[in-house]
Amino acid sequence: MKAAGRTVVDPSRVFAVTDHIVDTRPGRNDKTLIPGGQAFISETRAACAEAGIRLFDVNDPDQGIVHVISPELGIVLPGLTLIAPDSHTCTQGAFGALAWGIGSSEAEHAMATGTLRVVKPETMRVTFTGELQNGVTPKDMILHLIATHGAGGGKSCVVEFAGDAVTALDMEGRMTLCNMATEFSAFTGLIAADEVTTAYIKGRHFAPDPLPDWSNMKSDDDAHFVYEIAIDASKIEPMVSWGTSPEQSIPVSGAVPQNANPKSLDYIGLTAGRLIGGVPIDAAFIGSCTNARLSDLKRAAELVKGKHVAKGVHALVVPGSTSVKRKAEAQGLDRIFTDAGFEWRESGCSLCFYAGGEGFAPGSRVISSTNRNFEGRQGPGIRTHIASPEVVAASAIAGFITAP
Amino acid sequence: MTPFISLTSIAIPLIRDNVDTDTIIPSREMKSTGKTGLADGLFAPWRYIDSAKRTPNPEFVLNDLEYRGAQILLAGTNFGCGSSREHAVWALAEWGIRCIIAESFAPIFKANCIRNGVLPIDCGRPVDPLFYSQIMTIDLAEQTMSIPSRFRLFHIEEENKTMLLEGLDAIDLTLKDGEAIASWRLQDRQKRPWVYL
Repeated sequence: MKAAGRTVVDPSRVFAVTDHIVDTRPGRNDKTLIPGGQAFISETRAACAEAGIRLFDVNDPDQGIVHVISPELGIVLPGLTLIAPDSHTCTQGAFGALAWGIGSSEAEHAMATGTLRVVKPETMRVTFTGELQNGVTPKDMILHLIATHGAGGGKSCVVEFAGDAVTALDMEGRMTLCNMATEFSAFTGLIAADEVTTAYIKGRHFAPDPLPDWSNMKSDDDAHFVYEIAIDASKIEPMVSWGTSPEQSIPVSGAVPQNANPKSLDYIGLTAGRLIGGVPIDAAFIGSCTNARLSDLKRAAELVKGKHVAKGVHALVVPGSTSVKRKAEAQGLDRIFTDAGFEWRESGCSLCFYAGGEGFAPGSRVISSTNRNFEGRQGPGIRTHIASPEVVAASAIAGFITAP
Repeated sequence: MTPFISLTSIAIPLIRDNVDTDTIIPSREMKSTGKTGLADGLFAPWRYIDSAKRTPNPEFVLNDLEYRGAQILLAGTNFGCGSSREHAVWALAEWGIRCIIAESFAPIFKANCIRNGVLPIDCGRPVDPLFYSQIMTIDLAEQTMSIPSRFRLFHIEEENKTMLLEGLDAIDLTLKDGEAIASWRLQDRQKRPWVYL
């Protein structure tokens, strides 16, 4: 922007945070292990200071993963348009906002003009009805959707998640559901704002006071959607990925499909027809913008309390924000995890992706509460299985893939 | 930005579904905050047997000498899914790719293509195998893609077509509407004061 002589049109509506690049080992500072990371942090700091942009810096008490802290601070609100140069911005659609991921050029466009040029996306409604079985979570709902309709199934649409199984979720669960709309190739996902939404927002740092009336922030009763998908949520089981795309996911009770893609099988080191339950793991990761909020950590902690991770399994918990970390520590969750043999980290994106810094041991098979099981996502040759925090916690204790 | 008018080049078939931007350009290959120096890391996990030593993988299509200097890439469904990193398009463009013909694209990747003068042709069905490894001609104004024995029309959104044909800079174009935007913002500020901090 500087080179083009452009300035930020309204810095008060722009926020910045260090999340991807920051180190998560205890006692961290700017010295991240990611090559070039330290320069990136100092350049970000200087640019934000110059433009007058609020930065949640490395050791700010409100630092965290962007899609965790924006809701925590009351930045995202129903009816807003909100963008971030990160594909998981769709997470924030859980608030009835139109929130979507963009590239760097569009981020520059948004900051320089306060607008974006968007070709109007088509619409899709995914309706989940019925009651979830015990141990089934929003992560399983979204993996079930992607496994059933494909990683391209969202057809670049704005996808509204609706139905009684969606409205029954708390805000953290709704965020998990919307988080993986991008893995469904949706333009974004969103959920109509309701009283659960307003109760969550009320009193947060940047939230308006009093709250405006958002009761009309929903689709019209007679709204037409270009595509409709209906899912019986009561039939969904705990899910886990077997391959190298989120669409290659199956119930934990299931087997790798007979017609599995050979390239995916070759990378992941499994054979067609093999039961996924019982596959030995080397590492377990609880973290990311999908599943590292307080409720995620609580549910995982309940499962590991008084137990210990299996011998040889490297297990770690990375809270989604510094605020989540503080609250978890106030409830003693950190001790439950460390007593069980998990590492307890500072907040950040951490080992959800590998950028040449910290990584898992070569060749590791990792069960991970993240959103991407792509080849090399967590490091060259690392084999990732994505699942809910519950499945990750239970698998860490067992030493193999299993549901609680 | 360089306008996209027409193009004639051999078409590289990389027909695999759900090719993600982590594979197109891994995070570890994005070594600076700049937009350049990325072509070498393009498809690093597939292109090299050993990424660190840059040992080429003879099995990978981009290493086939036949495709040296190629500007057209043929792809499967949901091409460019995953991370929003614009580096994926920068890396492809720096390597020489100016047009990607796919069964479908991930939406963020497609938007990034438009912003960088790369034409994404969304076929909505599998790319015709007759195009594989052929010298193709793409004409954006006419919205045609062809080889001597076959001729196809393609769809592109009007706004995207204009941006590419004229090589427009989106920000400059929007700034021309500065007054309209400011006046809309003034009205919105009155209607929804809570949006403005």
